[in-house]
Amino acid sequence: MKALKELRRYPTAIAGMIIMAIFVIVSIYTVIAIPYSEAIRLWRPGEVHIENPNRAGPVWYDWFTSDRLSRTFIVTLEDEGVIVTEEPIGDGMKLVEILVPFEYHYDRFPTELALVHRWTYETQRPLVSVSWRKPDGEVIALHPAREILHRDSFPVYYISQDGELSRVLGHMARPEERAPTLSPRVGLFARDITDRDRGPMQGRYELIVQAEMAEGDSVSEIRLRVYGEVHGWAGTDHRRRDISVALLWGAPIGLMFGIVAAVGAQVSTFILAGIGTWFGGKLDGAFQKATELTMILPNLAVLIMVAHLYDPSIYRILGIVIALNVFSASYKVYRAMFLQSKELPYIEASQAYGAGNFRIIFRYLLPRMMPILLPQFVIIIPSFVFLEATLAVLGLGDPVLPTWGKVLNDAYNTRALITGHYYWILQPALLLMFIGFGFAMVGFALDRVVNPKLRTV
Amino acid sequence: MKEIVNRLGKYALVRAVSLGLTLVLAVYLTIVIANWGGALDEVRKSQIMFEEQIKLEAMQQEDPLPPDEYHRRLQDMQERAIIRAGLHRPFPVRSVMYLSNALSLNLGRAEYMRSDYGSRQVSRILLERLPPTLLLIGTAELIVFVVGLFMALVLSRRYGSRLDRAIIALAPTSAAPGWFYGIFLLLIFAAVLQILPWGRMAAPGLESGSLEHALSVAKHMILPVGAIVIGTVFSSIYSSRTFFLIYSSEEYVELAKAKGLSDREIERRYILRPTLPPIITSFVLMIITVWMGMIVLESVFRWPGIGQAFFTALTNFDTPVIVGVVVIYGYLLAVSVFLLEFTYAALDPRVRVSIGGGQK
Repeated sequence: MKALKELRRYPTAIAGMIIMAIFVIVSIYTVIAIPYSEAIRLWRPGEVHIENPNRAGPVWYDWFTSDRLSRTFIVTLEDEGVIVTEEPIGDGMKLVEILVPFEYHYDRFPTELALVHRWTYETQRPLVSVSWRKPDGEVIALHPAREILHRDSFPVYYISQDGELSRVLGHMARPEERAPTLSPRVGLFARDITDRDRGPMQGRYELIVQAEMAEGDSVSEIRLRVYGEVHGWAGTDHRRRDISVALLWGAPIGLMFGIVAAVGAQVSTFILAGIGTWFGGKLDGAFQKATELTMILPNLAVLIMVAHLYDPSIYRILGIVIALNVFSASYKVYRAMFLQSKELPYIEASQAYGAGNFRIIFRYLLPRMMPILLPQFVIIIPSFVFLEATLAVLGLGDPVLPTWGKVLNDAYNTRALITGHYYWILQPALLLMFIGFGFAMVGFALDRVVNPKLRTV
Repeated sequence: MKEIVNRLGKYALVRAVSLGLTLVLAVYLTIVIANWGGALDEVRKSQIMFEEQIKLEAMQQEDPLPPDEYHRRLQDMQERAIIRAGLHRPFPVRSVMYLSNALSLNLGRAEYMRSDYGSRQVSRILLERLPPTLLLIGTAELIVFVVGLFMALVLSRRYGSRLDRAIIALAPTSAAPGWFYGIFLLLIFAAVLQILPWGRMAAPGLESGSLEHALSVAKHMILPVGAIVIGTVFSSIYSSRTFFLIYSSEEYVELAKAKGLSDREIERRYILRPTLPPIITSFVLMIITVWMGMIVLESVFRWPGIGQAFFTALTNFDTPVIVGVVVIYGYLLAVSVFLLEFTYAALDPRVRVSIGGGQK
């Protein structure tokens, strides 16, 4: 307790403790707000993420640019302003026109466009055609190849990937060139189609879906997805997953891993050093040999080998980390200290009153050396947090858990640095750095408080 | 003089034997772990079966057999070869066999990887990857050692100054491994400033041995070496400085001061000399961590060393190479520990040999 009071004199220790406290609070919040099963579901790649943009930056990018960055929005049949009109055209057929209006007020183009359309019909699939009206009234017909619009199994029309449309738009933009193309995401929004640098036209756009169908048939779903450049406070990855899930869940997992491994590795070494030194002789010799063995055994390489050969669940990894560190190098440090305190008069006194070996070790020997253990314990935590990240970066993380290392691994595999998706790497890296420095700062200050020799000289 | 050489020689011998035995034990442990689920047996078996098939194919050229005869023959040959290789024996016997293979780096063929010359021998592949790793670690550790020692001396002289406090505040940076700083360095110097290369060991197309090649290697080394140095130098300074401070408050230093010796003289004879052994110990521990850190660091920088070979083997499920790397790492660690213990003994006259009890 006195040590804690003295810690207050170190500004780095206070900063470190604040960081630790923030991480603990965030961890508790995360575990409550996004339960484990929900986190796993949100991190599993698949259809769940289809309405998120691909590799979109975090929303805070917007604070640093004068332009308003485009965001993702979705317009559906049920939205206000959507008008459905029906007109009989004879022969038991009707023409249904669906007008999907939306406002666009961003200074940048969207990244993708997709239209989901589902129909309920008796015998024949409705004949669908789509057109696009810009705020200035210009109408562009989107006439995708029939097979794109006429699949029941996959009723999505990826407007931004329509090759035919990009050729039409390219011809509108640069008619003098041979076979020009222009991406629909630009062409459909451009203020001036010949000059994309002038940005998108702002105002009210309309998507018009027309379908010829039998009298009894009807439309069941229309969804226009306009994907933006920024999404969520942490952005998204190549599988359209919201990175914030992994950033949040990385905190409890990292903390848990770091603390459990530190207890298992450092505290066990400490206790074993106490026992070994007290009994001395063969036991001490054997423990020292085990320490030497641990030093020569290539820890990380063995760990990686095990994770590669067997299933790398986080519990198994934790178990192996602890097993490989039971006789860690600190054994020698602790041993040297126990050897000194073993000779102290109060130990002799306890022997004189007839205390048993284990009573002496656990009641007198170990507690006295706790101050030496504490800073080492705190300092070692971040190295285990980083160890978990290291394994994940190598692709050996727990297969289902969202962690910081896994985000880094994805980013590294998709060359995010080269393609300029810096947020993807920077966010988990900074979090790792904060957690690492937070613990290390407290640990180093503790070291100075409990080992006055480091301070007074 | 003769006595010193004698003492050191004896010490070196005893330690080498002891570390050698420990290494054998470590490799044995590795093999037991690796074969827990039968991974090594699988690999060995599939290699033997493949070899036998090739033999039979060769015979087939001269004297073709009908298909079912061929299959029977193949199975027969494979079974006999597996028995010849001793794979039917119980695990304790097999494990000793694997142990001697592993220790002599006779690890068989890689399943996927090849050396630059096209060899599939695991030992060839790994020995080829060793020099680049040694180059990287050697350079980085030399810088860390020299800078660390020098800065620690400077700081212990100006204890409590602003510079001292600034450097000490930076000591926690060593909590992060080298690859972590590597990512930041790549982001700054390769992605944003675009003045240093993204990775690899040299620009392609340069003749090795030429001056251009050497310069290119030097340029490619800046970032990885920088990453290792940033990841270790501050804690190295911190621990050396602590040792200097502890030893400079010893009574014999006070006495030397009273005798009127110059500061430089005191530093050299009374502080530096006794401090070196503990500094070297903490340096060994650091090198061991750096060896391990190379696995990710080399992958981040695509540096063609042992670490990257390990990573490539991992992504391709090349078990023989993975076990090989673990064994080579064992050797490297044992050698590091031996070399530094030897220096320790050479520097500290108090170290004596006592056979049986090890180092006292």
